[in-house]
Amino acid sequence: MSGHSTYNPSNGFTRWLDARLPILRLSHDTAVSYPVPKNLNYWWTFGGVLTFCLGVQIITGIVLAMHYIPQTELAFKSVESIMRDVNYGWLLRYVHANGASMFFIAVYVHMFRGLYYGSYKAPREVLWILGCLIYLLMMATAFFGYVLPWGQMSFWGATVITNLFGAIPLVGESLRTWLWGGFAVGDPTLNRFFSLHYLFPFLIAGVVILHIWALHVTGQNNPAGVEVKNKDQDTVPFTPYATVKDAFGLSLFAILFAYFVFFNPNGLGDVENYVVANALKTPPHIVPEWYLLPFYAILRAVPDKLAGVVLMFGAIAVLFVLPWLDTSKVRSARFRPLYKQFFWIHVVVCLALGWCGAQSPDTVIAQVGEIGFTVTHLARILASYYFLHFIVLFPLLGLIEKTKPLPESISASVLGAKS
Amino acid sequence: MAEIHAAEPTRRDFLYVATGAFAAVGAAAAVWPLIDQMNPDASVLALASIEVDISKIPVGQEITIKWRGKPVFIRHRSEEEIKAAESVDIAELRDPQTDDVRLVKGASGQLEKQWLVLIGICTHLGCVPLAYKGEFNGYFCPCHGSVYDTSGRIRKGPAPLNLEVPPYKFVSDSKIQIG
Amino acid sequence: MTQKMTKTFRIGFASKLVGVAAFGALALGLTFGASAPAQAAGGEAALKHVEWSFNGPFGTYDRNALRRGYKVYKEVCSTCHAMSMVHFRNLAEKGGPEFTPAEVKAIAAGYKVQDGPDSSGEMFERPGEGKDPFPSPYPNDEAAAASLGAAPPDLSLIAKAREGGADYIYTLLNGYEEAPADVKVPAGGNYNPVFAVGNGIIAMPKPLNDGQVDYTDGTPNTAEQMSKDVAQFLMWAAEPKLEQRHRLGLQVVIYLIALAGILYFATRKVWADQH
Repeated sequence: MSGHSTYNPSNGFTRWLDARLPILRLSHDTAVSYPVPKNLNYWWTFGGVLTFCLGVQIITGIVLAMHYIPQTELAFKSVESIMRDVNYGWLLRYVHANGASMFFIAVYVHMFRGLYYGSYKAPREVLWILGCLIYLLMMATAFFGYVLPWGQMSFWGATVITNLFGAIPLVGESLRTWLWGGFAVGDPTLNRFFSLHYLFPFLIAGVVILHIWALHVTGQNNPAGVEVKNKDQDTVPFTPYATVKDAFGLSLFAILFAYFVFFNPNGLGDVENYVVANALKTPPHIVPEWYLLPFYAILRAVPDKLAGVVLMFGAIAVLFVLPWLDTSKVRSARFRPLYKQFFWIHVVVCLALGWCGAQSPDTVIAQVGEIGFTVTHLARILASYYFLHFIVLFPLLGLIEKTKPLPESISASVLGAKS
Repeated sequence: MAEIHAAEPTRRDFLYVATGAFAAVGAAAAVWPLIDQMNPDASVLALASIEVDISKIPVGQEITIKWRGKPVFIRHRSEEEIKAAESVDIAELRDPQTDDVRLVKGASGQLEKQWLVLIGICTHLGCVPLAYKGEFNGYFCPCHGSVYDTSGRIRKGPAPLNLEVPPYKFVSDSKIQIG
Repeated sequence: MTQKMTKTFRIGFASKLVGVAAFGALALGLTFGASAPAQAAGGEAALKHVEWSFNGPFGTYDRNALRRGYKVYKEVCSTCHAMSMVHFRNLAEKGGPEFTPAEVKAIAAGYKVQDGPDSSGEMFERPGEGKDPFPSPYPNDEAAAASLGAAPPDLSLIAKAREGGADYIYTLLNGYEEAPADVKVPAGGNYNPVFAVGNGIIAMPKPLNDGQVDYTDGTPNTAEQMSKDVAQFLMWAAEPKLEQRHRLGLQVVIYLIALAGILYFATRKVWADQH
């Protein structure tokens, strides 16, 4: 898809540089002349949004790290000092905390876009896998980061999740002690989580570069799921077409971001984290941040501890192999009426799993005669569907579905939309 | 792209220039907090100014206190020290300053000649000089041998400037506020 | 040609709007959905909702209420509750009670704070200064619990550390009742159905009674009024930058809406030749 470079250095300096380090050529080929399908809709702006989020988190994070103290006696106070004394500290902290949530909102939209339009299918399997890897690194980064303010949820969330590793047979106990650096979550744990929280975003940035490279090799998918046939008819150069459209999409996203930072900065968080960590007092409900809730629900739905851990990680692992589970020859759900319905069911299931993760497991949702239908019962049904969707439906639907006729080409589909 | 489009600004180009300018203003505004957060925060600024009770310092002695992370000498000068400081020929000094300009008026409106307040950092390479040492009974810096007089002015040795006088004022006869 | 261009473009735009709105709704839904469990515990009373002046996107603190609230904190709450993250100098900052620097100096000097060691190695007490935090009535939680039965929480962040915030504090302070016949209140406990986490039994006795604190601005000093004022004061203590945040937020959102508008037209112009 990258094709031949059309960059032409215009003056002496750029010619000189191009012969020594063709960075301007690379920039031009990647972000100016790079061809994108002309029928991309606004769901395709979220890649740019995600890059913006990563940049915001890294910049605000580095600046916050100038004031944060990674010691259990001082961490909570140092965060409050940032909020109260550091110039614009309140702004930096709220941007960073809410930025994490915005990052996950964007990544979920981005992933569901991929699921809907079949962006994970050949030849974009490696692109998809790199994306799953970014998602995994994001969850690890967010987990480490949430521990740092050393509130009740920071401490107890860390305790619960690190305790899970203890469930692994044979090596579990040693692994858990090794992660803790002690006999419980404490100073060594906090310090190393700070180091890793600083490191991981740069690993993410590295994988993002690979992700964009893989993308540029195959080119973008598009809403029709039909490959580019004629570069001149089907594509437009990235600049100015995609640049300005991404900027517009980003500005709308920024409005949502600003709403949270300035008018509801604690709405997505937990009040319990404004209480300093106390190893001797467990909060009534231990709940992770909202973006981890679906996996938390799956973990708690399984009665056996080890099986719960396996299924929780399995829920993420299954994403990596989607390209090979899906047997459909048609990419886009636009032309897959049956898959489209199950896609939306899956979206609802994921949202509902998230809801379950926030509830107390024994809460009764409905009384069915003598038996109370609890959150756990619901979570089990939903988790079963989650796995069913990928492991059974993906292979099955491709074989039995009657797909709609595909458009001839991207340009044909664009012209078709007009008439 | 510049080669393809016409050189005269069209309405389209104006929109792009306006967009770019508007975005640039926003970016600049967004950058400011990132820079300002490195400026001293409120808790540091709260320590920027301190009050010192000088009533317990006897004549002919001095104390050293910490202000903004630096040592500050507060010396209760005797009559001899004041006279010695005033009878120096200014033209001979490396850093010419009269004793008077290095002092501050008290609550009464008169120069408080008995009180000398200096930042205790040698102007050569930053060591802390020793009090009541050296030929002039002022200060002597052991690092490279700078000698200061009873007004804290450099008289001998490699230091280029007199010991710095911090901003201070008399809150009352027994209290000064530094910074 | 233009008609069709616009229509095609608008469809794309609408889907983006739907997307953003959907995720806004999702986010808001999760905001309230995720907070549900904390209220599901026990059978606590519903919270009373006060029309606080700091509610809403343009909310500001009521300076007089903050000053009265500070008086209530000082004369009643500070006997048992620390507020160690708030410094005396905060009382003079913009967006708070905005005492004058001279008033703050006097307030601080009225407190004794520990300092040292002095030149003989001893810790000593001195009058407070602006740079000092509010001193704690007990040196640590253990001492407080030993003295009172349970350690009273530090109030610096209490308004953000409880579901319902200022509403919760207000409701709690007015929530003391006679225990119903079937509830056994242990020694040292008090009945307050608002205190869900303790199933209605709270160690703190009713702190506020009518006329307990003298108000100098003429506001009636009922327990209800005092609870309102101290709740607002504690909200400020937890969130002193609220007013700056709202002010900057309005500017940022207006700027972003304008930017989005400009970018919308720029996008249309760029894509004009494609449809």
